[in-house]
Amino acid sequence: MTDATANASARRTGSLLVPDARTRRRNAAEARFKIYGLAATLVGMVALVMLLISIFSSGTGAFFQTFLHIPVTLDAAVLDKSGNRDPAEMQKVTTIGYAKVLNASLQKVLDDKGMAVAGLTDKDVADMISKEAPAQIRNMVLANPALIGQTVDMTILANGRIDGYFKGRVSMESAQLDKNVSPRQLELADKMRAAGMLTTDFNWGFLTSGDSSDQRPESAGLGVAIIGSLYMMIVVLVLSLPIGVAASIYLEEFAPKNRWTDLIEVNIANLAAVPSIVFGILGLAVFINFAGLPQSAPIVGGLVLTLMTLPRIIIPARAALKAVPPSIRDAALGVGASKMQSVFDHVLPLAAPGILTGMIIGLAQALGETAPLLLIGMVAFVREFPGAPPQGFFDPASALPVQVYNWTQRSDPAFVERASGAVIVLLVFLLIMNAVAIILRRRFERRW
Amino acid sequence: MTIMKLTASALAIAAVSATAAAARDQVQVSGSSTVLPYATIVAEAFGENTDFKTPVVEGGGSSAGLKKFCEGVGENTVDVANSSRKIKDSELETCKQNGVTDIMEVRIGYDGIVFASDIKGADFTFTPEDWYKALAAEVLVDGKLVPNTAKNWKDVNPALPDQEILAFVPGTKHGTREVFEQKVLEAGCKASGAEEVITGLKGGDAKAATETCVKMRTDGKSVDIDGDYTETLSRLASAPHGIGVFGLAFYENNTDKLKVAPMGGIVPSVETIADGTYPVSRPLFFYVKKAHIGVVPGLQEYAEFFVSDDIAGPDGPLAAYGLVPDPELAKTQAAVAAQETMK
Repeated sequence: MTDATANASARRTGSLLVPDARTRRRNAAEARFKIYGLAATLVGMVALVMLLISIFSSGTGAFFQTFLHIPVTLDAAVLDKSGNRDPAEMQKVTTIGYAKVLNASLQKVLDDKGMAVAGLTDKDVADMISKEAPAQIRNMVLANPALIGQTVDMTILANGRIDGYFKGRVSMESAQLDKNVSPRQLELADKMRAAGMLTTDFNWGFLTSGDSSDQRPESAGLGVAIIGSLYMMIVVLVLSLPIGVAASIYLEEFAPKNRWTDLIEVNIANLAAVPSIVFGILGLAVFINFAGLPQSAPIVGGLVLTLMTLPRIIIPARAALKAVPPSIRDAALGVGASKMQSVFDHVLPLAAPGILTGMIIGLAQALGETAPLLLIGMVAFVREFPGAPPQGFFDPASALPVQVYNWTQRSDPAFVERASGAVIVLLVFLLIMNAVAIILRRRFERRW
Repeated sequence: MTIMKLTASALAIAAVSATAAAARDQVQVSGSSTVLPYATIVAEAFGENTDFKTPVVEGGGSSAGLKKFCEGVGENTVDVANSSRKIKDSELETCKQNGVTDIMEVRIGYDGIVFASDIKGADFTFTPEDWYKALAAEVLVDGKLVPNTAKNWKDVNPALPDQEILAFVPGTKHGTREVFEQKVLEAGCKASGAEEVITGLKGGDAKAATETCVKMRTDGKSVDIDGDYTETLSRLASAPHGIGVFGLAFYENNTDKLKVAPMGGIVPSVETIADGTYPVSRPLFFYVKKAHIGVVPGLQEYAEFFVSDDIAGPDGPLAAYGLVPDPELAKTQAAVAAQETMK
């Protein structure tokens, strides 16, 4: 009653075109809310932009690398003392022997061109070459012993600090204090660059080669991690798609609605929220200790990630099935189709875009996961590529997020750049997967 | 139909895993994150220079590695555990219970623990006593134990610069922490004469006195770092008045950002640690499961390669990275070649 009298007294009397106090207040509240919303969006955007700027500014360097171009004289006296080109005999010459050959070649080139910098010892000059280079030459020679005695034009990696100098990470001032590089070495590097011996090129090795130790950041690559992640995603896809879809079809279409199915439903929702490291503990106990599967293998990683991804696939798959209108089922059943026919011929095709979207987003989450891999030995230094599938699933491998984690822990500052570069690669993969999900949804989704 | 496919794929996986379980062709290593960089350098060179595959090396800490090592014998357990401390009796017991009986202990060299601050900051020279007085939870004042209230390094020792106390110390899960407590805090406690008095206060219980000596204050002056040295380094970058505890190798790789503080008047370096004058150092080990030798290809060769003169010697890559070479390397080499196990 009081409301009615209040309303009666508040009945507006003036012109509609002139807003009264109350309307103005409401309009002002709306304007304020818009500003809050805009500010919230801006905060999110700024955070994202800052993240991207920091990653890209420190990470793009990983895609470029400084290479040294020199003719290398493969001295037979060092590499094949007996002179009979016997592979077994030549195996005994280690990379230390090859490093000597390499250093002598570099020294000779510098002497020939008169580029020597006063005060630099032979060792200082040798340290400008990556420690990866002797292994590269050794593999080349062992693959083709006929090269011994010849002079071969080679492109080898320059040391990480020299590379850092051209990327701005190392300066003359920092070199003064740095035990691993001296300003004289940088001076020589400048001369070599002017002479065209040092160039900075696109670094395919970052995407194709394996990890390397702390002493040679310049040669560390993501190859093994990319293959490992790919293998794991294959395992996850092959296992979780049929299991997830079968489970959601059963629960949504066939299962009776009773206490048991309710319980299952609650548990699936709970599982989706379980911290991912729990699945790692489970994987260690079940797949490694009980089933006897090998450590550090993508198959175990894939199985663990499957367990983690399943609930995250079942929930959107059920939602997609639920979104198909009952009239479709009723019509199919009405013309005499069996329940299974109605599901597989009518409901499932209509729900497929939604299921696939859920699947891809689930995979993308699994791709970025490190914690469950920690316990099953995948957070490790893995240099060698796993074999071709199916055997390769059981060989040790790393994974993309694991590689990021590993590199952030290395002491050499050059690995910071590598870690950020790996984040960029991971982001690109995630972006592609999410874009595919969006395209699928846009093109095939039907609304009723 | 789906169930049929499922069973088929499950069977296929089981079949493949049966064949895979029969053959592991690379050495698997786990353990100390201090030894990790050395082990990766060796693994890399081993893979390059032999026909064996590059070993897989995992970090995670000494305790975690030894736990994995002691899980049992078989293809799905690790072959080698790296450790920045000696294996404990309790761990040996667990090993024995799980059937890991013949264990080879290999000492690879020594590691120094250094105290470093931001390169632009003040110069410090410490003694263990300074650290004890700055970081102990309780200190002696007039013969009584009272909570530590020191705020400035000057309060601790007038010779030190006028700078607020802030230390970044490895967390308890690190092997480094144990060495820090033993060689710095306990030594400082003893050197200042406090240990004797505390033992008296505790009724002659030396163990309780030691525990009191190494108990660290929790009022924010000392910050436990559970991550790696990279975390300590980034903490120093944001708090330039802090002092961080690092491994010698880490410091040697970051000399353009860090300034090292001498301890007891001795500047830490490979030389001073090797001759024993720098007080805060410790041996590094790896442990090999003898039962796996001959089963896992390359295991014996890996162990021999690790301690060879070319690798662990004074001119090898490990020394170049910051490992202090073991003067008794020849003895270790002989023991590894003879596959001598622990008693």
